[in-house]
This record gives sequence, C-alpha cells and structure tokens, in this order.
Amino acid sequence: MDPLTWTGALGDWLDPVLAVAAALFGVAALASVLAGLVLPAPALAVNPDGTLAVRRNLRSWVDAGLRGAFAFLILVVLLYLAGGLLLPYGDAGIVGAMVRRFLPVWIALALTFALSIRFKRRLGLYGKLFDSTVGMVGFGLVMFWVFTALFVGLFDLIATHDPLAAVSGLKNKPPGVPVPGADLPAPGAHYLLGGDNLARDVFSRMVHGSWIVVQIAPLATVFSFMVGITLGLPAGYHGGRLDAVLSFLSNLILAFPVILLFYLLVTPEIAETGIPSYMAVGLFLFPILFVGVLLWSRYRTDPRRAATLMVPTLLVLTWLYLSLVSQAETPIRFMGPLDLFDVPGGILVVFVSVVFVNSPTVFRIVRGLTMDIKTRDYVAAAQTRGESTWYVMLWEILPNARGPLIVDFCLRIGYTTILLGTLGFFGLGLPPDSPDWGSTINSGRQLLSVFPHPALVPAIALLSLVLGLNLLADGLREESLKD
Amino acid sequence: MLRFVVSRVVMMAVTALCLTFIVFALTNLPPNLEKLAKFEAGSRISDEEVASWLARNGYDRPTLLRYGEWLGVLPGWTRADPDTGEVTGRCLSREQSAAGAAEAEADGALRPPRFCGILQGDWGESTVFKVPVLDVVGRSLALTGKLMFWVMVVMVPGALLLGVLAGMREGSRLDRGLSTVSIATTATPEYVSGVVFIAIFTSSAVGLRWFNGSATSAMDDATFQNFTLPVLTIALYGMGYIARMTRASMTEVMTAQYIRTARLKGVSFPQVVLRHALRNALIAPFTVIMLQFPWLLNGVVIVEALFNYKGFGWTLVEAAGNNDIELLLGVSVVSVIVVLVTQLISDIGYAYLNPRIRLS
Repeated sequence: MDPLTWTGALGDWLDPVLAVAAALFGVAALASVLAGLVLPAPALAVNPDGTLAVRRNLRSWVDAGLRGAFAFLILVVLLYLAGGLLLPYGDAGIVGAMVRRFLPVWIALALTFALSIRFKRRLGLYGKLFDSTVGMVGFGLVMFWVFTALFVGLFDLIATHDPLAAVSGLKNKPPGVPVPGADLPAPGAHYLLGGDNLARDVFSRMVHGSWIVVQIAPLATVFSFMVGITLGLPAGYHGGRLDAVLSFLSNLILAFPVILLFYLLVTPEIAETGIPSYMAVGLFLFPILFVGVLLWSRYRTDPRRAATLMVPTLLVLTWLYLSLVSQAETPIRFMGPLDLFDVPGGILVVFVSVVFVNSPTVFRIVRGLTMDIKTRDYVAAAQTRGESTWYVMLWEILPNARGPLIVDFCLRIGYTTILLGTLGFFGLGLPPDSPDWGSTINSGRQLLSVFPHPALVPAIALLSLVLGLNLLADGLREESLKD
Repeated sequence: MLRFVVSRVVMMAVTALCLTFIVFALTNLPPNLEKLAKFEAGSRISDEEVASWLARNGYDRPTLLRYGEWLGVLPGWTRADPDTGEVTGRCLSREQSAAGAAEAEADGALRPPRFCGILQGDWGESTVFKVPVLDVVGRSLALTGKLMFWVMVVMVPGALLLGVLAGMREGSRLDRGLSTVSIATTATPEYVSGVVFIAIFTSSAVGLRWFNGSATSAMDDATFQNFTLPVLTIALYGMGYIARMTRASMTEVMTAQYIRTARLKGVSFPQVVLRHALRNALIAPFTVIMLQFPWLLNGVVIVEALFNYKGFGWTLVEAAGNNDIELLLGVSVVSVIVVLVTQLISDIGYAYLNPRIRLS
C-alpha cells in the first residue's frame, strides 16, 4: 500500500486552480475594501417615472468582481467535495477520503439547509438566520460538528479506527500513512491524519473528541442558564438586600481567575472530599426549581391542570436529578438499583466546575435585562391584573429578554468549549487518554515542533467549532436587531 | 466621588478576605494536608504518623483559626511536644525551636514575633523550590510583568485601530471584514493559536523557522525571535474582544447628533473621526481593557506553560501540581489582588471619564 498524498490524482490539476481562485479572491477582497474607502458610492438617479436607478461606477464593478471571485472559490471547493465522493478511494487523496468518511454529515447538512431555507418564513428567528451569510456559515460549522458528534457517538459511523487502540509502527507517522496489514484500498487502510505519540489514529480521535464536547458543552450551558435565570430574575426584579447579597456572591466568583478555580476544584484531592458532589447537589437542583416555578406560576389558578402537568414532570426530573447526584465511589450514594446512570467521576467534576464558573455571568446579564424590562408598561399591566411575582418574572419579563439571552447562549457554548479545552490542556479532570480536543492538544504539544499534526488537528477542530458558534451568535444578533 | 471610592475600596477588602479564605480552605483540605505530610516526612508513613506530623506542625487545629494566623491577625501558635519537650511554633524558625523556647525567652534577640502572617510579610516557604514564597512570587511577577507589558503594547493599539476602523462606517465592506477578523480572534483560545503558531513558524515540518518555540531564553534576554510568539498568542485572544467593544462604542457615537452637525457644517470625514468621535468612543473600551486582566491571567498561565516561560502562570501550575500549599496561597493572593485592583481602577476611571456618572 502506498501512502496517500493530500489531494491525490485529483489535486494534480485542481490544486493550481484552487491557488488561482484563492489569489483572485484575496485580490478582489482587498480591492473592494480599498474601493469602499476611496471611491464614492454608486450614485442614485431618479427616473422620470419616479423609480430609482443605480448608476454603476468603478466601485460597483469591483464589488461584482468580489462576488464573482467568491463564487469561483466556492465552486472549486465543491469540486473537491464532489471528487472525494465520486472518485474511487485513494484517487482524491486524504481530503477525498475524509470527505467520503463524512458522507452522512453532508447528507444531514444538506437536508437541514434545504428544509430550513424552504420553510424559513415560517420559522421565526431561526428562519431569519438564513437571510444572513455570516449566520449561515456559522450555523453550517456548528451543525457540521453536531452531526459528526451524533453519527460518531450514536451510530459509530465516521471514525476509521478505535480512538484508543494503537497500531504498532505508526507512532508519530505523517498524515496518509498506510496501516500495516491492510491490503485493499478501502476506508481504514490509512491513518488519514497520521498517528499520534501513542500510535493512535489522529482522525478518529478528533471525531470522537467532538462527541465529548457536544455532550458536555451545551448541557453545561443550559444548567448555568437555569441557575443564572432563577437567581437573576428575583435579584433584578426585587432589588434591595437580596440583590446585594446575590451580586456580592457572583462578583466573588467572577473575581477568581478561572484557571486558579479549576486548579482548586478539579483535583483528585477535592474529588476525594466530595465537594464537587455536594456542589452538584446544589447546582442541579436549580433546573427542577426553575421548571416547577415556571409551571406553577402559570397554572396555579387551575389546580387540576397544574397537577396533571407538574406531577409527572417533577417526578421524572427528580428521578433524573437523584440518579445524577448519586454516584458510585463518591460520598453521596443512596439510589441503589434505582440509579439510572452513572456519569464518570471526572466528567461530573468538570461539568460542575464549568457550570459554577459560567452561572455568575449569566446571572449578571439576566439581572441587568430584568432591571431594564421591569419598567415597561406590560409589566405594570400584569402587576395591576394581580399576577403573582413569579408569573411576572417568568412569563412577562423572561420571554421579552429572549433575544440577548439566545445570542449569549450561543457565545457561551463556545466559551464553555474553550473552558473544556483549557481543562484538557492542563490535564485536569478528564482521563489522560480521553480523545477530547484539549487533552489531545496537551499530549501533542511535547513534540510540537517535530510532529505538529497530532496537536494541530484537534486545535483546528476546536477553532472551527467555536468560530462557528461566534458567527452564529453574530448572525442571530444582527437578525434579531432588524425587527 | 470620595464616598464612591471609599465604598468601593471597603467592598474590595471584604471580597479579598472572602476569596483568600476560600482559597485557604480549599488548599488546606485533609487530603492535601495528608499529601503534604507524606511529601515532607516520607511517603510510606502510617496514618498515625501522618496525624502526629500534622499535630506537630500545627495543622490539626480549626481552619478559621489557622486562616487568622496565616493572615497575621491572630498570634502564631506554639506547641511543646509532650515527650521531648521540644517547642515548635509558627513564628519560630528551625534554629529557634532547636534552641528551645526558654532560651529564646531569656535571650531577647531570639524572641520570635507574636504575629507572623502575610500582613507582616511572612509568606512562608515553598516546599518545592525550598525558598521563601515572597522571593518566588516576586521573581515570577517581574517576568510576567515584562510579558504583559509587551502584550499591552501590541494589543491595545491594535484593538483600538481595528475597532475604530470597523466602527466609523457601519455596514461597509471594511467593517464586515474587520468584524469577521475580530470574531475569529475571539474564537481562538491561546492554546489553539499558540499551537498553530508553533507549528507554522518553528517546526521543521513546515520549514519556516522564524521564531523560537520556547521562550525560556527570553526570561533573561528577550529578543524578537524568542518573545514574539508568546506575546502575539496572548494579544490575539484579547484583541478581538476589545476591538468589538470599540466598534460598538464607535458606531454608537457616529450616529450621534453632534457628529451629524459636524458633517453638515462641512468638516471632512477623517477630521470628524479623529477630532469629534474618537475621544467619546474610547470611554467604554477603557473599562473593557481594565477588565481584561483576569482573562489575560488565564492566557498568561496557558502561554507560559506552552512556551515554558517561568513566570507567574508557570509558578501557579507548578504550585498547584505539586501541592505546594504556601506557594499556591501566595500566588492566589497576588492574582486575586491584581484582579480586584484592576476592577477598582476600571470603576473609578469610568466614573472619572464619564461626566454623567461623575456628577450624579
């Protein structure tokens, strides 16, 4: 078996085309920016019938050139994708083989985009996202990793090798190295992105890493939002002593350098004392509280409906809560056979500390928004109707604060991803052979200047996911401000 | 104004007390102390020996009491061993305890101080480096100060330039291009950009060997070659955030009435930006820059670990990784104080710069 090159036979003629397309795009973008600074905007002329016409000048031609160059670049990239999907294994090189491995993700992405764009007028803010290029690019990047994680974690599709298994002789080998013993040119015959310092497949570890991030980051962000909202609403609404105490506590946590907090909280010694488990008991109570108060404040005048809704919901949530809190090998262990699942010890500590670090910021945002919104007329109207305080907070103020909160939610998932990477980078919490991106970067950085690929691959993966989340947040902000 | 400053300072002191107590409690948990005993007295000692070692060294008393002694507001403990009669104490050095408390009492020169906590300047001794904590912290702070200085020199003008250029014409190509650049830098944590930089600029695989992948030599002699990458790595992550704040503040100012008036009077666009808009647009970024310090501290820890630059962040990692309680406490105190003081400066500075707050 020969090692694969980056783009294979396809690249012989497509690589120069890509270089030309990229150069054209660069020149056109620069020209467009300069034209925007120097040249006047295209003049508007009024036609005799009252309509407006744009008189084209040099600047509009430059802009058209930029659009053309961008379309050309996209076309070339699509050719690479098509080549990878259509040509036999190996002819399109590493890139082609990777494109082929990601086939389920492409199908899922294409379906998502087709359906969303088809029905975008009926989908509210989510539909409007597809009016902004930045938002679409961000959404595409995010969904790429979400689908990858789902296909890897649930169906075991994309990875070519076991992320933890080593193949002898492939230690630190460059991308495209053939696996000894594989004869047929088929998926799995090569380490597509090379081997790491323990001779494991870098590509498979990267895609498995996405599953860890996608499992932890959004859930941890949801929990910090539950905590932040449940505390921030009353603090902003009532003010006074409650606000002073809660704000002091949140400032206390915010004044802690995050890394110091991690080093203090996420150590085996602390886990031994059970402090993270006790913190989990406290922090994970908030979602139950939140849902309980949310439902009760809405249906309290209709006790029958309230009971039918609340009892099953709260029962399920409490059971989940108790299973989550009760962990084998920690001081809190009481569920016995009723325990639904056990989160691995390290993950729970990581989860708790990430929630703990994030919730004060959410608290501050919610508090500020509440203080702003509580002066509005519709809040006064609800108060005059005699609605309960929690109803006003949860059903009048919170829905009207959703715009900034949704944007911050996207940003915060990205930040949580960065925090998870930081923890992995310092080898805190997660087991050392875990394929998550931070740990992989950490294990790859010792030999970085000789073999850069084991650290570079997860670094770029993490970068693309966080970039996608930030672009998505930017697109959402832009579109929600247009109303 | 004075009342405002005083209340902020009092608040800051209370916060500092709370935070240092939390750190003290978390670093002095029983498992940590047991590990310390085993580190100091041999790893194979039995549980009774651990307990007696802890008792002999004063670690067996309530945390709050020991926090007071560590802080220097309660008198340091002394203890006479019931078997040997040897006297040990927090404020007694080794020679003094060997000489015995009685002689120390008789000889005035050897009399130990009653209080010896961080308020008296006694920060204890690092168990890993075997030197006083104050020396380690001081040396590493100086090194990190050098790093931070250059980070600020690169980051602040770069970020302000990016933000002002992007914000002066909202929605233009330039704005969209620069905004995307700043989003991209905020999405690049230090451990990613550092790894990418090292891979591109120092590795033999790519072949551009422009810079050094390690900044160890920069501790004594910082040159363009060995200091560029660490400085750039930290600066890049903070830059995008400040740039976005500057852009937001700039676009807000550019839509203000007085800017329109100036434009209508016929002032040229560059003049409007430089003379009229810039000064008002820079109030908000000032606060943001000060509040970046806690974040920069994060970056410092990552970058110093990545580039092996033995500054403050590197010391924090070493202390935490090796269960060096006294050193970790010292590092925490310094970082907490740095964060709180910058918050204070940012609050006061904002109030000073913004007349609407100053006068009310």
